[in-house]
Amino acid sequence: MNHRGGYSADTRIRWPEWLPWLVALAAFFLLPEYLSLGARILIYILYALSLDLILGYAGIITLGHSAYFGFGAYVAGVLAAKAGVTDPLVQLVAAAAGGALLGITTGAIILRTRGLTLLMLTLAITSVCLEIANKATALTGGADGLSGVVVAPILGLFKFDLYGKTAYLYCLAMLFVGWALVRRIIYSPFGASLTGLRENSIRMHAIGAPVYWRLVLVYTLSATIAGAAGALLTQTNQFVGLNVLGFEAGGELLVMLILGGVGRVYGAFVGPLVYLLAQDQLAKQFPAYWYFGIGVLLVLVVMFARGGILGIADQALAKLRSKA
Amino acid sequence: MRFRAALRAALAAACGLALAAPVAAQTIKIGSVLTLSGPNATLGENMDKAIKLYMKTHELLPPGVKIDLITRDDGGPNPDKAKQLVQELIVRDKIQFLTGLTWTPNAMSTAALCTEAKVPMFIMNAGTSVITTMSPYIARFSFTLWQSTYPLGEWAGKKYKTAYIAVSDFGPGHDSEAAFEKGFTDGGGTIVGKVRIPLANPDFVPFMQRAKDAKPDVVFAFVPAGKQATAIMKAYGDLGMDKAGIKFIGPGDLVTDEELPNMGDVPLGVLTVHHYSAAATRAANKAFISAWKKEYGPNSTPSFMSVGAWDAMDAIYYVIREQNGKIDPDKTMALLRNYKNPNSPRGPISIDPETRDIVQDEYLREVRKVNGQLANVEIETIATAVKDPWKEFNQKK
Amino acid sequence: MQSFLASIVSVAFHGAAFGMILYVISVGLSITMGLMGFANLAHGVFAMAGGYVLTTAISRFGVPFPLALVCAFAAVALGSVVLERLLYSRLYTAGDLEQVLFTIGLIFIAVAVARFVYGTLQKPVMLPPYLKGQFALLGRDFPAYRVFIIAFSAVMIVALWFGIERTRWGAMVRAAVDNRAMAQSVGIDTRRLFTLTFALGSGLAGLGGALGADIIAIQPTYPFENLVYFLIVVAVGGLGSLRGPFAAALLIGVADTACKYWLPQFGAFFIYLATIGILLWRPAGLFGRRS
Repeated sequence: MNHRGGYSADTRIRWPEWLPWLVALAAFFLLPEYLSLGARILIYILYALSLDLILGYAGIITLGHSAYFGFGAYVAGVLAAKAGVTDPLVQLVAAAAGGALLGITTGAIILRTRGLTLLMLTLAITSVCLEIANKATALTGGADGLSGVVVAPILGLFKFDLYGKTAYLYCLAMLFVGWALVRRIIYSPFGASLTGLRENSIRMHAIGAPVYWRLVLVYTLSATIAGAAGALLTQTNQFVGLNVLGFEAGGELLVMLILGGVGRVYGAFVGPLVYLLAQDQLAKQFPAYWYFGIGVLLVLVVMFARGGILGIADQALAKLRSKA
Repeated sequence: MRFRAALRAALAAACGLALAAPVAAQTIKIGSVLTLSGPNATLGENMDKAIKLYMKTHELLPPGVKIDLITRDDGGPNPDKAKQLVQELIVRDKIQFLTGLTWTPNAMSTAALCTEAKVPMFIMNAGTSVITTMSPYIARFSFTLWQSTYPLGEWAGKKYKTAYIAVSDFGPGHDSEAAFEKGFTDGGGTIVGKVRIPLANPDFVPFMQRAKDAKPDVVFAFVPAGKQATAIMKAYGDLGMDKAGIKFIGPGDLVTDEELPNMGDVPLGVLTVHHYSAAATRAANKAFISAWKKEYGPNSTPSFMSVGAWDAMDAIYYVIREQNGKIDPDKTMALLRNYKNPNSPRGPISIDPETRDIVQDEYLREVRKVNGQLANVEIETIATAVKDPWKEFNQKK
Repeated sequence: MQSFLASIVSVAFHGAAFGMILYVISVGLSITMGLMGFANLAHGVFAMAGGYVLTTAISRFGVPFPLALVCAFAAVALGSVVLERLLYSRLYTAGDLEQVLFTIGLIFIAVAVARFVYGTLQKPVMLPPYLKGQFALLGRDFPAYRVFIIAFSAVMIVALWFGIERTRWGAMVRAAVDNRAMAQSVGIDTRRLFTLTFALGSGLAGLGGALGADIIAIQPTYPFENLVYFLIVVAVGGLGSLRGPFAAALLIGVADTACKYWLPQFGAFFIYLATIGILLWRPAGLFGRRS
């Protein structure tokens, strides 16, 4: 697939890349009643970024990325509710570390396989995590969910309020950090090698690049970011439920990313935004038929617009430019 | 000249309208968070139908007061989604009451919001005992698992000597296991074995086989209502357990009224304890059923979830009437603490002033054929005015 | 000791019955994925469709059970031809990701349509009286329907094996999959062949869904809930093989049942841990070919 992005020699931030941040800040001031939805979108953007790292750049197809998100969410939750660790930044770091740990252990085991086998292994892992969370009721609350998650004010100053203002800005700040990190990874020699892995791993072997370890490394990085995103969800809601794990959650994330466009950083921005907004609006009118709309959209995207929404935008821009 | 006449006429008309206008046109916004999509959509649909039916058939509001019902879909047990929806309902739509809440995690994640924003929550379904302790603005109109299972256990312990417990391996399953065990042993019986069945499980046969091998007098089962209940019922039938002399009992979730038609003849003779059966013969229920069938078709049946929704709406209307449309959250909760409804389709209900939880009667029912169809016939009122036993036991600690 | 033996027999029997249902549904997926290289996650949709055809035929049209099974197979196979011509065939050369996403999209659409047409409650299956009841053997009762399932599946695998390994048509399919261009150049109409094979695989799924409707309930979210099982059977069995899914389904069915019976606290984990273990040991599946 040649529409996916890859290494670029020019790593300066182009001016359109500041747009998403401006829009997010504008939303904070102009749409104060939508900040709860907004925070959710920001979290899923970070989550989708982590997936794009392995899917779009390293070519690992996974339906089980929710394992790392969910693990991070529960780490933060359990620390807050059971171990009395209430500082949000500590919870966040712990969750990211948890994601990293799980990522490297599972990645090292499964990344020797590819294709359907890898897909199944990712599915199995997130399903096992779900079942563990379900059974460990004393720790995780099981199916009832984990309540009593206490999150202290950030830096002792900013309390999580009813309107979701603190949560929104907190998630935005963390997304910024995550984005900067992902960008750094992609536009680096390491990132270039990832593109090489995806496009032609045989060649990569031939030039002596350590394919397996690079895959494990990027997988671990991705799991770390996903774990952090999970913690953000727990902190924003002061609650964790089993729905953060399992393959349906993993599948939903995949759909969001595809809609936006895989293998280009901003696909991860556009996808969750469009998906969650559409879900919010359409599900109010037709909750039963939301599925139908998403299904049709997916089929159309695959058949006609493989680059997702950004891919369509690219084609439109190219046409405009060629006419000018 | 004509202009002035017209102006005068217009002014007169305006004055007339102003005088004739309703006293205080008040709209009370109520948010309803239900599951309307996904694998559990039936649950939310049953509740939503009951809500709409109640609103259609009751006009008992003070003059000039309207209800604006805002329904949102949580898609299942998604506490983060539910929290976001409730946050928006409170902040954006400015609801005064929150209701619905099919699932425990969804209710639990939104409890703190209701406390902070002072929005009374009328729980229509979620059944885990501890929920009502999470906010002083919560009142529950549905049930708790212990309410039906503990009396069942006690009754069974007196009647049978040995029991085997088979429950689904998740929170409510563990609750019902504990409740039945305590009840059964308090009643004098012995538990000969237990098994926890994974929630995502298509085949119940191996677990029921274990139960059968232990040769108990009775098997107690709790699984999520609906297709899992049908599956475990089939397993009971396929293994010939009734022929082996093993009785099958459980809370009403095992044989919900809308699922019974799917079970064939296997459930005949199964005894359950629950707070509501669609086959109940009291007048209030007959009226409820006939209104339901008239609106939704002769093949449609309400379930215990529908009744939970119906009674919660009754309480909502009650507090609106008592406050004449001017809602104060604390006054609402004070009113609810003393709420009694002797004429619910399920029998007499009230709210416990201390715990704000539902107090209701529990009935022993047997599955029998009525007019050619299976129904849960209430044969005995096994316990009256039952308060949530779990809270009672845990207070003593 | 006698009761322990009886337990083993019971576990083996029920495990085999469950496994055989999984097999009948999943063998079609192995055919489409293995012989045609298409990642069809929407396979459960065809199984669900078969289940709906069966229950509608029996309850609305009073069709007798055996005929209803045939209807399920035929209707789904025909429907799949339409889908294949219109949509699937465009994606044969697309990458794995596209195929995965396309089929997920199909699942969403099918779930919504099923809900619209049939409502959210599951469809009850009324078995004919001669398939209800039990056989008594070795002091245990065996449900007649499960005996029927095992027997039927055994017959089916023999027929399939014969059809694919021993006939010219089977040879053509294998040739076309190994090297489509070459097969085309020796005069095999690969397009028609793929359509037929897809129809067979989907028809089998429909048949399996209908057959298993008593055990795996038919309701709109069927393709989601059971996707994992079908994929596990195919991945563990090995793509493109007929024996593979049979062995995998039997193994999984029996081992899963045994674990649930003797170690119920690990019941939910077993199937996933087994999958992980087997796939790490043999990434191409138990009988898969490295293609």
